[in-house]
Amino acid sequence: MSVFRTLVRRELSAFFQGPTGFIIIAAVLFLIGLGFVVVLTGLNGHATPMPVTQVFYGTYFFWLILLLIAPIITMRSFAMERASGTYESLMTAPVGDWEVVLSKFTGALVFYAILWVPLLVCSLVVRLYVGESAVLGPGPMFTSALGILLIGSLYMSMGCFASALTRNQAVAAVSSFAMGAALFFTGFFSYFTGDRSDLISQIARHVSLANHMESFSRGVIDLEATVFFISLTALFLYFTHKVVESRRWK
Amino acid sequence: METPMIEVQHLTKRYGQHVALDAVSFSVGRGEVVGFLGPNGAGKSTTMRILTTFMAATSGTVRVGGNCVFENPMRVRKRLGYMPENNPLPPDLRVGDFLRFRARLKSLANGEGAKRVDVVIGQCGIADVAGRFIGQLSRGYRQRVGMADALLAKPELIVLDEPTAGLDPNQVRSVRKLIRGLAGDHTVLISSHILSEIEMTCDRAVILHQGRLLASGALDVLMAKADTAVVSEVRAPLSDVKAWGEKLALGQVECVEQLDGYVRCRFANATSADAREKIFGSAQERGWLLRELTRQTPSLEDLFVNLTRGKEDGK
Repeated sequence: MSVFRTLVRRELSAFFQGPTGFIIIAAVLFLIGLGFVVVLTGLNGHATPMPVTQVFYGTYFFWLILLLIAPIITMRSFAMERASGTYESLMTAPVGDWEVVLSKFTGALVFYAILWVPLLVCSLVVRLYVGESAVLGPGPMFTSALGILLIGSLYMSMGCFASALTRNQAVAAVSSFAMGAALFFTGFFSYFTGDRSDLISQIARHVSLANHMESFSRGVIDLEATVFFISLTALFLYFTHKVVESRRWK
Repeated sequence: METPMIEVQHLTKRYGQHVALDAVSFSVGRGEVVGFLGPNGAGKSTTMRILTTFMAATSGTVRVGGNCVFENPMRVRKRLGYMPENNPLPPDLRVGDFLRFRARLKSLANGEGAKRVDVVIGQCGIADVAGRFIGQLSRGYRQRVGMADALLAKPELIVLDEPTAGLDPNQVRSVRKLIRGLAGDHTVLISSHILSEIEMTCDRAVILHQGRLLASGALDVLMAKADTAVVSEVRAPLSDVKAWGEKLALGQVECVEQLDGYVRCRFANATSADAREKIFGSAQERGWLLRELTRQTPSLEDLFVNLTRGKEDGK
């Protein structure tokens, strides 16, 4: 356990040893701020039946941040260690393969979580002016945060998998972006297929990330979405572990 | 009998069609300092990577302290200090922080870890750079940081892949001294493609060539197999010197006339201990001036030539 903690701490500190972490934070801060302003001016002071967080998902900003930033967070995790060779000293220390995989994933997820703190601050600012309302109550706030964390863990595990496959960070970033974008756009099929009950439209509805996030932002913990995110995360972590392990049977 | 520290049997590693290691077997006893010798691409690093559980072999078994590296990698890693090829270190950490991080990875308890970090910092002479970023260090210091990491958990086995590569002569000397100091308490395996390097630090050598084991054994025994040529320069006419060289019967002689009236003779294979005395004595008898008499230490290439020739003859 203490080895795992040591590794997670190392992963996190790597973001802040150089400018990388701060640049990512600055970029995300800008996008969150911009998104929030767009949402607020769009509402133009009118009352809306939708929670503000849900409105925020409706804009491109949330997805832009998720799709673009996730690959950048995770691209270095394995690829950089393999390129610089420190992977060899890491994997010959008395550290298990699972510990390495889970620590890289956890480090990325914690950093991702830090990125969303400004959104919380934005919500509190609105609450300060609008006053206590059901829309910004603790319920929706909590489930929104949970949803952001769950979808983040899926994208982080996907990114770790892509990074484990290569020693080139750019290749890792591009392939994890491709996977993430593919998953995101598959969900768009549900707009075209509508409520039809054939297999394809059902699948489209079930993989639609936007649908899954919507229920979280309404203050509902959607069991189907939770299972969807957690099982896919586990699947990608399993793949990552297989890739890490593969050096021993290649 | 005590189990040897390293036991390698019929180790083979293939990368697709390419055979990197071909049925290599050798063993290393406890407390020995063994040199792993071979030109680039001989399979030294591959063997070390398999030995340190980083990679798996295609076939064959490797045991470290009785534990199979494939079935029991964790047990092997706990006894191991390894400095990989080119000594990769994270440039973004300070030396002290890096060593403390590695101590925790190697499951040293906090107090014990701090103590060991101090010890290895002293042992490797890096106290004055402990607060600096690894990325800013010179190559010599980085090498010593890598060695400090390898020594951290007091491992039974220390594996160093080309520890002196790219260092200047002063740095080479200090690294060599450090390695010699480890003998006895630790089993040390170092690799190099420079024969004299191994000669100065190791008791035994394992020689690899194109993925095959060429020879393994005590260094002086191996060295005896290499050509030891003696070179002398005498002042006399070329034809006289040629006749003299053949009469001495010390082996093949090559004579080359120099510009200033001296003749340079190379006695190949002059392995007998008194070859130089003989040459000196007989030159003196003839009243020839002798201005050079040197025994040439064999290079790795000479050793290879002889060892490969010996193998082919045997077949």
